Amino acid sequence: MRVLVVKFPGTNCDYDVIEALRKVPATYPELMWYRDAEPRGYDVVVLPGGFSYADRLRAGAIAAKSPLVERLQDYVEGGGLVLGICNGFQILVEAGLLPGSFLVNDSLRFICKWVNLRVENALTPFTCLFSEGQVIKMPIAHKEGHFYAGELSTDLVRSKRAVLRYSTRNGSITNIANPNGSDYSIAALIDTTGRVLGIMPHPERAVDPLLSQDGSVDGLLLFLSIKAWLGG
Amino acid sequence: MGRHINDEWLVEAVIEPKPSLRDPEGETVLKALVHREGWGEVLEIRSAKLLRFKVRAISPEEAEKLVKKVCDELRLYNPVSSILKVRANEGSRG
Repeated sequence: MRVLVVKFPGTNCDYDVIEALRKVPATYPELMWYRDAEPRGYDVVVLPGGFSYADRLRAGAIAAKSPLVERLQDYVEGGGLVLGICNGFQILVEAGLLPGSFLVNDSLRFICKWVNLRVENALTPFTCLFSEGQVIKMPIAHKEGHFYAGELSTDLVRSKRAVLRYSTRNGSITNIANPNGSDYSIAALIDTTGRVLGIMPHPERAVDPLLSQDGSVDGLLLFLSIKAWLGG
Repeated sequence: MGRHINDEWLVEAVIEPKPSLRDPEGETVLKALVHREGWGEVLEIRSAKLLRFKVRAISPEEAEKLVKKVCDELRLYNPVSSILKVRANEGSRG
């Protein structure tokens, strides 16, 4: 599969995403500066994490207005897949490709730690190698990670568009397991076409058994899911 | 003195979390600082972001309208979680 990884000024997880994608068979990731990036011809566009435009105004708000991001709507309508990780998720929300908004974590702190996530929906291109109810592990690293969508959040959970939710190790959704105060512990969200995923945790940091808590590679499974979904 | 299209106005755009939302920053300032230091008569503190625009317009009303339009069209605030208040400063004319 051909993957376009986009770099904005301030993106800093781009090489980690490229390295993660190199572990996926028959996959060709290309890193491009946002001004030169054209999504046409790629199977997947990834907006990696970081601090685009230094989080000025609001995390993701400025990158959301870039011509590349404005073209993503057409790209998705044409069948393309989009994955926004962390700041990439914030960009997709600010661009209106996903609903809601991000607030500063309830603790007001930048939080960097491994979390447990319950898979709520395994029928998406990004989670098809998981099973519903499975608990997986990935690290988070963010300050504006409190997902807020008001009354809409109930629907997002009911319709399983909230693809991943922060949970305990055994899959319970509790306040203590919710690291940032997100509505219904929402950690990842898919759009109505099922082709745009925003995910707050970092799958690209959970692809190597040496670098994870317990040898798990759940992040790699997310990238492998995309490959499996696209065939092959 | 007549008004001119070239008049300049200072316009403040205040972006606040919706009143129904918690504001951890305001709460922390209130509890950990203001109340702890004995200012019990302070009842609430809400934090906000302020953008001060200098714009060219014929009147303060037009200046406010322009800033509102910019804020809405470029989504300078996220209407899901924030409210926008715009006020032109009469004294800032010229």
